[in-house]
Amino acid sequence: MSFQVSQSGGITLVEVEGQLIVGNRQELKQKVLEHLEGGERKFVIDFSDTGYIDSSGLGVLVSLSKKIREQGGELRLSSLNEDLRTLFELTKLDTLFRIADTKEEALEGF
Amino acid sequence: MIHSDHPDETLSGMENEIVLELPTDVRSIEHAVEYVMRRCNACARQGHRLHLNFRVGLTEALANAMLYGNGHDPSKRVRVEIVVADGEIKARVTDQGVGFDPAAVPDPTTPENLLNPGGRGLFLMRQLLDEVFFNDQGNQVTLVLRLDPGPSVLEGGAPA
Repeated sequence: MSFQVSQSGGITLVEVEGQLIVGNRQELKQKVLEHLEGGERKFVIDFSDTGYIDSSGLGVLVSLSKKIREQGGELRLSSLNEDLRTLFELTKLDTLFRIADTKEEALEGF
Repeated sequence: MIHSDHPDETLSGMENEIVLELPTDVRSIEHAVEYVMRRCNACARQGHRLHLNFRVGLTEALANAMLYGNGHDPSKRVRVEIVVADGEIKARVTDQGVGFDPAAVPDPTTPENLLNPGGRGLFLMRQLLDEVFFNDQGNQVTLVLRLDPGPSVLEGGAPA
């Protein structure tokens, strides 16, 4: 897994490439937390190039969302493929996150 | 060996069976699952259910075995046995821990648990596989996915 972090209009966009799973989830967590500590509050994580996310990856997203909310911010997600959407629906995490079809949509509405 | 970075892993492959011994190292999970998926000829034909359901279920079983079963202890190992027979693919994952009570794991989808960072692995296995059962000790989980009719064998050949 690798990820690209960019800034656009006060929003931090993280694009995840590969799989977000137990072996690499801490890298993503650390990176987002660095930006949160740096004062940023609006985050979009985009999964256009993500094969799948395991339960540890889902757990990291939940944990990040909580921390960001505690600071008055919000974490939104975008571009979940059909498999990822299934995992979010099964675990009811689709009720916890605002999920946009594309990163553009996520950024526009923020 | 499934990957040159993990010399401890051994493979004894028969036509319809794959056996792997993995070290307790979560970084080996991705390689192991990819290897099983590549070797499993039935997986290609079964398409989506195998690709999502079996792959995610196996990943979760391995993660649970390493994190909770073996407690991150690198001296402990995880054994994986995959068998394709009788119209189903079965994965048995055994750790060297003391075991746990699967009935004690709470439902992660209830409102009070939804914000918990953990506890979704077993739930996903149960949702995605046709059968999930444990041995009495609780250190071995067996996942069963029923295959559509048709021949289903594991592909031979040298691993990448």
